[in-house]
Amino acid sequence: MSNLLLFPILIPLLFAIVLMFFPKNVSLQRSTAIAGAAATLIAAITLLVKVQNDGVQAITLGSWPAPFGISMVSDLLSVLLVLSASLITFFVILYSIPTIGEARERSFYYSGIMFLLVGVNGAFTTGDIFNLFVFVEVLLMSSYMLIVHGGEKPQLRESIKYLLVNIISSALFVSAVAYLYSVTGTLNMADLAVKIPQIESTGILTLIAVMFLVVFGFKASIFPLYFWLPGSYYAPPTPILALFGALLTKVGVYAIMRTYTLFFTMNTGFTHELLAIVSILTILAGCIGALAYFDVKKIIIYNIIIAVGVILFGVSQLNEAGINGSIFYLVHDMLIKAALFFLVGIVAVIFGTTNLREMGGLMKTYPFLGWVYLIAAFGLAGIPPLSGFPGKLLIVQGGFEGPHFWGSIIILATSLLVLLSAMRIFIYAFWGEPRETMPLEKTTYRRMLIPSVVLVIITIVLGVGAEMFMPLIQGAGEVLLNPSIYIDAVLKE
Amino acid sequence: MEIIMSVVIGFLFMAAVYLMLSKSLIRIIIGTGLLSHGAHLLLLTMGGLGGMAPPVVADGVSVADYADPLPQALILTAIVISFAVTSFFLVLAYRAYQELGTDNMNLMRGTEDYE
Repeated sequence: MSNLLLFPILIPLLFAIVLMFFPKNVSLQRSTAIAGAAATLIAAITLLVKVQNDGVQAITLGSWPAPFGISMVSDLLSVLLVLSASLITFFVILYSIPTIGEARERSFYYSGIMFLLVGVNGAFTTGDIFNLFVFVEVLLMSSYMLIVHGGEKPQLRESIKYLLVNIISSALFVSAVAYLYSVTGTLNMADLAVKIPQIESTGILTLIAVMFLVVFGFKASIFPLYFWLPGSYYAPPTPILALFGALLTKVGVYAIMRTYTLFFTMNTGFTHELLAIVSILTILAGCIGALAYFDVKKIIIYNIIIAVGVILFGVSQLNEAGINGSIFYLVHDMLIKAALFFLVGIVAVIFGTTNLREMGGLMKTYPFLGWVYLIAAFGLAGIPPLSGFPGKLLIVQGGFEGPHFWGSIIILATSLLVLLSAMRIFIYAFWGEPRETMPLEKTTYRRMLIPSVVLVIITIVLGVGAEMFMPLIQGAGEVLLNPSIYIDAVLKE
Repeated sequence: MEIIMSVVIGFLFMAAVYLMLSKSLIRIIIGTGLLSHGAHLLLLTMGGLGGMAPPVVADGVSVADYADPLPQALILTAIVISFAVTSFFLVLAYRAYQELGTDNMNLMRGTEDYE
């Protein structure tokens, strides 16, 4: 069935619309949202099997021939990301039920999450640069609604800044699309990949490539453009924070990956060198932030920025090890960030604060939570049997094979700082003198813990069974390194 | 014609940047309006300003005379999106003014909540 690749977009869209009809019936809202997320997950898994067996899936909407209609393309990279996004959304909904509060659930909370999933899945699947803009706006609009949902004072204050930054980056996106259209005369990504190598004056294309780096850098929070992220992500409650931290920046990372491997390859000496330098600076800036704060949420938020830098460094190397490492690390990072935000959210609820200095001694009362957090922290830093290791190993190898061996050395050194920042939460919150805790009901605790633990188990499986997942990662990397596979799949019809 | 349009768009971008760097929230929102006007006009200009006939199929008009329909469709999409975002932004600014009691961005730092 050729429409299969649209299902991960259409199913959440349908459920989001249905969810808007009965906002006051909380239990029905919950079960419908869970059903919608589960159906999306099943569609994504089916699509993964299909793409794995039959190669890149492409469809041009309305049966127009390829460069004229809107193409939707599902290669292994995009289907892996769609699968991770659907999985995380499913767990976020499970985690939201005990934590978000009925007042929020009554005012279209689950609709917002479903629309966010529509935007994310659409942005991962589209094969048209303007359609990418539209899907990015869909997910941004849902994220505006979710970031201010509840209307507390810090949320109102921070969402103004979040909105302003994203309006500016969207206007730049439209301008960049305008320049690209005037130079090439097409918007279809596969057609762009055919036309761009035929253009002889590469100066203007390099300019457009840098403009797209700025646009997607705003979304992905790369070095000079990450200033909005720590404040904005601090404002919303934990489940929304987990959703944002796991999905939103990764859309920007994916867009940079796609454009910088598919069509902006005419002047790699400049553009990819720039990307490598910027990603190293991103890692350093994130490390400074992660070590500077004594706040559990802030520490993990700055770790998002570090991971974006690590992934983009792998992309900038343009060799097999670097690209494969980036894809593995991208999937790992989406899962581990969601799991860490979940666990840190439980810790914050138990103490009633996010300040590390007011925490201590949780290991005596909640030993299981402590061990799960320790495993997640080791996974984040990349300790060998866990999921952070294979991706980072390949990225470092890619750096040593490429021209930027110093970048690999910085990534290895900063891994220690990542471990230090995550372990500091463990040392302050779980060791030491027991501090006063807020009473937490056993059932609420269990309902918060189960999604977190399952997510951590999935990352362990991803790490221990890395050999099993490598064919998928290599298949995804092959399409990125050989754009002709992508072009043939779209334009042959 | 394209040169004149480029200069006008440049002026719009300049005015937008100037307004968005000011303290008052409502000036910032006016700035985002000007920014999206600039981006939409840029999209129209970059599509090329040749072709005088509107892109509606009519008798006796050769293909070369039609204006490029694609940028117009893109602008129409971008206009409704920026319209929705602007209306959301205005309501947000109104709510923020009610709750926080200020429209001065310098007073919206909120560093006291962080440490």
